[in-house]
Amino acid sequence: MATPTTVAAGAGAPAVPPTATGGPRRRPSRTSWPRMLLLALGALLFLFPFYYMLVGSFTAEPDPSLAGLAPSPDELTVSNYSAIDGSIGLVRSLVNSGIFTGGVLLGTMVLGVLVGYALAQLEFRGRGAVFALMLLVQVVPFQLLTIPLYVLIVRDYGLADSYLGMILPFAINSTAVFVFRQYFLQLPRDLFDAARIDGAGELRVLWSIAVPLVRPALLTALLLTFIGPWNEFLWPFLVTKEQDMQPLAVSLANYITNLSARAANPFGAILAGACVLAAPAVVLFTVFQRHFVSNDVGSGVKG
Amino acid sequence: MATSTSVPARAGTGAPAQRRPASSRGPLRVLGRHPVGMLFAAPYVVFILAVFAYPLGLAVWMSFHDFFFSAPGVAVERPFVGLDNYVAVLTDPDVQRSFRNIAVFLVINVPLTVALSLVLATALNGAIRFRSFFRVAYYVPYVTASVAVVAVWLYLFSTGGLVNQVLGGAAPDPSWLVNKGLAMPVIAVFVTWKQLGFFILLYLAALQNVPKEVYESASVDGAGRLRTFWSITVPSVRPATTLVVILSTITGANLFTEPYLLTGGGGPDGASASPVLVMYQRGIEQGNPDVAAAIGVVLVVGVLLVSLVNRYVLERD
Repeated sequence: MATPTTVAAGAGAPAVPPTATGGPRRRPSRTSWPRMLLLALGALLFLFPFYYMLVGSFTAEPDPSLAGLAPSPDELTVSNYSAIDGSIGLVRSLVNSGIFTGGVLLGTMVLGVLVGYALAQLEFRGRGAVFALMLLVQVVPFQLLTIPLYVLIVRDYGLADSYLGMILPFAINSTAVFVFRQYFLQLPRDLFDAARIDGAGELRVLWSIAVPLVRPALLTALLLTFIGPWNEFLWPFLVTKEQDMQPLAVSLANYITNLSARAANPFGAILAGACVLAAPAVVLFTVFQRHFVSNDVGSGVKG
Repeated sequence: MATSTSVPARAGTGAPAQRRPASSRGPLRVLGRHPVGMLFAAPYVVFILAVFAYPLGLAVWMSFHDFFFSAPGVAVERPFVGLDNYVAVLTDPDVQRSFRNIAVFLVINVPLTVALSLVLATALNGAIRFRSFFRVAYYVPYVTASVAVVAVWLYLFSTGGLVNQVLGGAAPDPSWLVNKGLAMPVIAVFVTWKQLGFFILLYLAALQNVPKEVYESASVDGAGRLRTFWSITVPSVRPATTLVVILSTITGANLFTEPYLLTGGGGPDGASASPVLVMYQRGIEQGNPDVAAAIGVVLVVGVLLVSLVNRYVLERD
């Protein structure tokens, strides 16, 4: 697989051609109606649960029959949102999710960009070994590490119910490091040599020249990294027992398994929590969808 | 894959080195032309050693010893027990069932994932109306937290839920998530739906590397849509297919959230328990981290074997 070339295409301008009005090369609308039908059917299957989630979260009386698909406007209420907020504290959970995700993003951006740049543009002893290490890490499945990490972080280091304990195993995302390296590889070396001759230190070269040149690509890596901690369930579930420390995914899951039986409209409250958990990722990826192109995903996992 | 990506790096370093004489840096040359790179890479290396290498070694070590939770800093004896933990794991009916469950999962999930993502990626490739809309629609489940979408599936597939309302008398009894024969297939379909967007993007990347001339000559030769798909698209993306199969196998081996939440802790009667779920129950709920570590090792060896077989079968010719 031609990894470097696919990334080269991905890092430039958005790879999505403006086809909405039909390009000059083909007439997409007339020739491909079976294709459109297939795509539309697929899209319906993918989006329907999200529509149903939203509808369910705003109806006080759950109506699982077909009529429940389109409730009349006077049935709509935000009571489910206040119910779930009363049970698990939405704001607190969201803050925890934000700190967890923010910590992972900060670690990955700062330390990951440093090592990605070093691997791509600096010649130092042991670079091959670091690169090999990075590829190796990507084949070690996380589930094998769950138990020993639990023993170390929760039992030995006493980091249970702490943000550090949550963040530590994800502090640098190796897939993102790989993507960073691919982006920095495309920059011509002469550019940096010129700055070095002018007396710029390596950090300054990185910050003032390399980073601005790959800024759009860094946004992609940021989005790719965001999905992990925001959606992660097992690890924060193991680390946090206090509700005050739990990210939204964990407190909502605990609500589903333990508390919902006592609620008046359990599904409504669960769906309201699900909407709050889903919204940030869905909004981010819809807004930045141009940056989330197939080439980057492809290159991200090819390591 | 490793070699193809490292080639440009080496080629790149070769050129500037010729311009600058090697002797100009004196003895520092041993550290490379930019020793500062070591400093830049240091945090990452420390991270890998502390969070991956050491726990990996510890997992294997634990699986061969009698390991139990103890207060931090207290010296306790953890005698070597040889293969005892592995014997315990392999003879445990719950563990055996969880591996059979995951086999059911993979038999449904992997072919479905490969077929649907390749077909949808092919349909999405090229100039299409509303292309951005479709792409977003397909990857929305992938970028959304499992816990959030599990919630709506719970609602849809509950006994009195919408799916059963639509099916009427054809609804299964007992219902989907509490039915021994159906709980695991529902999880497999859920994960297929959830992950499909990622694999569609992966296939889209692969499809963009297929030369357009191949399709043009096929259409000149009068090949139909299906014929082109079978004879050109499918073989052209074979390396991506290997990757999709291996990655979806790994996803399956990692399964925890879905059986834990969707089927209330792997029910009914363990019919949908995954190895990671059993690992969690044995290791953390029941306090046998040594047995749990052994489950982890067995699982990883299993994934490696499945991956190797996949690779061999798919790339044979």
